[in-house]
Amino acid sequence: MVATSEWKFTRRDVLKLGAVSMSALAIPRVMAAPAATGPVSPPVMAKVAMEVNGKPQALDLDTRTTLLDALREHMHLTGTKKGCDHGQCGACTVIVDGRRINSCLTLAVMHEGAKVTTIEGLGTPDKMHPMQAAFVKHDGYQCGYCTPGQICSAVAVLDEMERDIPSHVTGDLKAKAAVTRMEVRERMSGNICRCGAYSNIHDAIEEVAGGTA
Amino acid sequence: MKPFAYERASSPKDAAAKAAKTPGAKFIAGGTNLLDLMKIGVEEPVHLIDVNGLKLDTIEATDDGGVRIGALVRNTELAADTRIRRDYPLLSRALLAGASGQLRNKATTAGNLLQRTRCPYFYDTNQPCNKRLPGSGCAAIGGFSRQHAIVGVSKSCIATHPSDMAVAMRALDATVETVRPDGSTRRIAIADFHTLPGTTPNVETVLAHGELITAVTLPRPVGGVQLYHKVRDRASYAFALVSVALILQPDGGGRVALGGVAHKPWRKSDADAALPKGAKAASDALLAGAETTHDNAFKVTLVERALAATLAEAKETSA
Repeated sequence: MVATSEWKFTRRDVLKLGAVSMSALAIPRVMAAPAATGPVSPPVMAKVAMEVNGKPQALDLDTRTTLLDALREHMHLTGTKKGCDHGQCGACTVIVDGRRINSCLTLAVMHEGAKVTTIEGLGTPDKMHPMQAAFVKHDGYQCGYCTPGQICSAVAVLDEMERDIPSHVTGDLKAKAAVTRMEVRERMSGNICRCGAYSNIHDAIEEVAGGTA
Repeated sequence: MKPFAYERASSPKDAAAKAAKTPGAKFIAGGTNLLDLMKIGVEEPVHLIDVNGLKLDTIEATDDGGVRIGALVRNTELAADTRIRRDYPLLSRALLAGASGQLRNKATTAGNLLQRTRCPYFYDTNQPCNKRLPGSGCAAIGGFSRQHAIVGVSKSCIATHPSDMAVAMRALDATVETVRPDGSTRRIAIADFHTLPGTTPNVETVLAHGELITAVTLPRPVGGVQLYHKVRDRASYAFALVSVALILQPDGGGRVALGGVAHKPWRKSDADAALPKGAKAASDALLAGAETTHDNAFKVTLVERALAATLAEAKETSA
């Protein structure tokens, strides 16, 4: 908003304005067909408190708000990205109570008392998490849009392997899986990289795992 | 997404009672399928009852030597459980073949059973779909039907049930435990839990209005070599074209259930009996009366070959 008043448009603002003018054009058509539209129900608000990156957050949200939208639009933690918004791409991956999840497919109000870690909570530009540093070192991205989700997922994958959670490619269910290339590929399959930086992403994860995958 | 009220239930009975008396109410647990469908307007609940706090998240031994899996046990926790990996490896394998790590961390045991079909016409609100809008027709019949069902189909619907977990549970003779709005409980054999589409494909289970799943029980372990073979378009994170859940005993007998071919996990007693005769005999018994489309006729061959491959692997494993 500040950028708009100062006439410093970012590319995102232009895109937003484009979307607004498009939807404004669509309004008369909706109004011209009242029979097809029922009464509009007002939004339902609810309070929720959670801890995000170690900081308490108390929010009053429309119940429809996903955890992803709460993080981005209400807490302004825009590191977590919205890709498909349907759990298919993994760009929105965050760690909630120690487990990686798709923040787009869960409601913020369902997370009362939860501890959420986003990419901003893993490390900072001055003090990066080892996985962040490894992604930089191995060039584990091109455009970078999927990267926060990839990194949150990768950190959780190594934790899951440490906790003896098997995967589809684990040969022996009775033994703890080793950090192999196949294991990491399978476990990271919920994170899509449209640029195709997969081999470098793998190299970064392998370095942090300290294995020879 | 339409606005909805949100509340947390205090007990399973309270949840069932609330759901029964509130028009347009739905339970939410993992929410990974429900929210996906709410975002595109296929599901439009006006009231969500959050059941996550109901402490139905333990895996316990039962008196008859089996296990009781709480309705809220997450797919990851179930697949990783030591007892499940040792005594019911088929279930671990099926769970791990489904979805992604992120989704398995959120998805629950009961929610997995209740997930909706991934038929693209069910998802596309511009298309007719008897499951989404009863009486509107079926766009899959005569449409692109490569993923669709080949057995148990009807003139109203050829959708498949998308779950991998449920296929393993069908082979393992699981029982679904529920609580009804009046507080009474019942046990439903997994074979009877999901329904065929018939003329009412919008009905997918025998659950009554407001009835809540509290647990799934498995009888005592049956041993044998247990394999889940999933054939799909990608090596990971895709729904099954067909899947085979196989339990093979040393004497050549066993059990077989299929995923990706019907509106419910698919198992036939005469197919189990035919297993010693090989993949062709068992496959023929499973797919007797199959009604295929131009696009999905390949599944008949695929089932036989997938079963042959799974049997070969099982024999190799036990040798």
